[in-house]
Amino acid sequence: MLNVGKIEEGFVLDHIQAGMAMSIYHHLQLDKLDCTVAIIKNARSNKMEKKDILKVECDIDMLDLDVLGFIDHNITVNVIKNGEIVEKKKLHLPKQIRNVIYCKNPRCITSIEQELPHVFVLADPRKEIYRCKYCEEKFDRRNL
Amino acid sequence: MRHLMNPLDFSVEELDRLFDLANDIENNMPKYAHACAGKKLATCFYEPSTRTRLSFEAAMLNLGGSVLGFSDANSSSAAKGESVSDTIRIISCYADICAMRHPKEGAPMVAAEKSGIPVINAGDGGHQHPTQTLTDLLTIRTLRGHLDHLTIGLCGDLKFGRTVHSLINALSRYEGMRFIFISPDELRIPDYITEMLKEKDIPYEEVISLEEKMPELDILYMTRVQKERFFNEEDYIRLKDFYILDKKKMRWAPADMLVLHPLPRVNEISVDVDDDPRAVYFKQAQYGVYVRMALILTLLNIQV
Repeated sequence: MLNVGKIEEGFVLDHIQAGMAMSIYHHLQLDKLDCTVAIIKNARSNKMEKKDILKVECDIDMLDLDVLGFIDHNITVNVIKNGEIVEKKKLHLPKQIRNVIYCKNPRCITSIEQELPHVFVLADPRKEIYRCKYCEEKFDRRNL
Repeated sequence: MRHLMNPLDFSVEELDRLFDLANDIENNMPKYAHACAGKKLATCFYEPSTRTRLSFEAAMLNLGGSVLGFSDANSSSAAKGESVSDTIRIISCYADICAMRHPKEGAPMVAAEKSGIPVINAGDGGHQHPTQTLTDLLTIRTLRGHLDHLTIGLCGDLKFGRTVHSLINALSRYEGMRFIFISPDELRIPDYITEMLKEKDIPYEEVISLEEKMPELDILYMTRVQKERFFNEEDYIRLKDFYILDKKKMRWAPADMLVLHPLPRVNEISVDVDDDPRAVYFKQAQYGVYVRMALILTLLNIQV
């Protein structure tokens, strides 16, 4: 059993689907932060059999919960202060995401105007369907 | 400030007011002849469309206003690489209202986000064409007397036909509607439309044969298979004459069925149908001017 030490301040993302930690690491742009990050893959889990965990020592405000909610709203977000869990944040599918996924419709205005943000709006929360704000191209979040 | 990007931008009640105004314009043209004196409409057309552009221009001229603009991307600063956002900021300094057509979907929305004047989506790629929808709704409401409890057959290019998508969205808000989608397999209605209808519990059918369903229709909405929407010319040639409505087929239609078409038509409606009183597509073009006049007045907040 591998042991990774406690963090003093930051967040622990628990119950990440096994194999998804690196994808979340990139989506959250953790590679751009100058802080300690521990990526634990394939940890044993009673609930999930196997899971990934991310531990990040940084200011909690630096975490984009919308992006995280979009990637997987089943992840548990533990907020850590003074080495203790002070809050468990519940994630939701965000109503809108910006520059997380990109519109692939060749007829969309975003295909020719590079400076435009790629904005997707939650169109059907039950089916987890997002649509491009501009052309309404469909994106099924479950295919992420 | 309001824009028009999608027919659903206006509530059913707002549309009723708009159509009442359009009908008043139809019956009292001289009353509105100077309503927009001193106002300018910019028609920013990044792809050719004589009909829609002239309809907008006629609408503004009928209201006593002026028009300026461009009719294809090559004669605009887009040819020099200017973005839609920059163009609309400039146009906002020159005009009071803008009608924009663009081959890329969502371009008018990009413009609306940066604009200082109301922007009307005059068609964006295969996406939306709200003023055509307003025209269609006004035509049906005026000639049938109501917009609810109708069976509407939509025939032809239901995949790329933006007028069709906009019209279905708009009509789905009225009670008792039933849709019959008539198309070849390759040009079937997109899933997101049928999903929307299922969620609202609105009945629809997808069929290939036009004749089979004609007797059930209150409205037959014909569309052209548009060459510019195809990446592959072979597909276009194979599908362009899939449906041809002619005098013989009209025998299957109820006596009070209306035939609408956004125009221009190519071969999909034979000229021998033109004199049939049920063929209302030329009247529809006239209603297009009235509804655009009503829209300009509404977006500019001008009371007459």
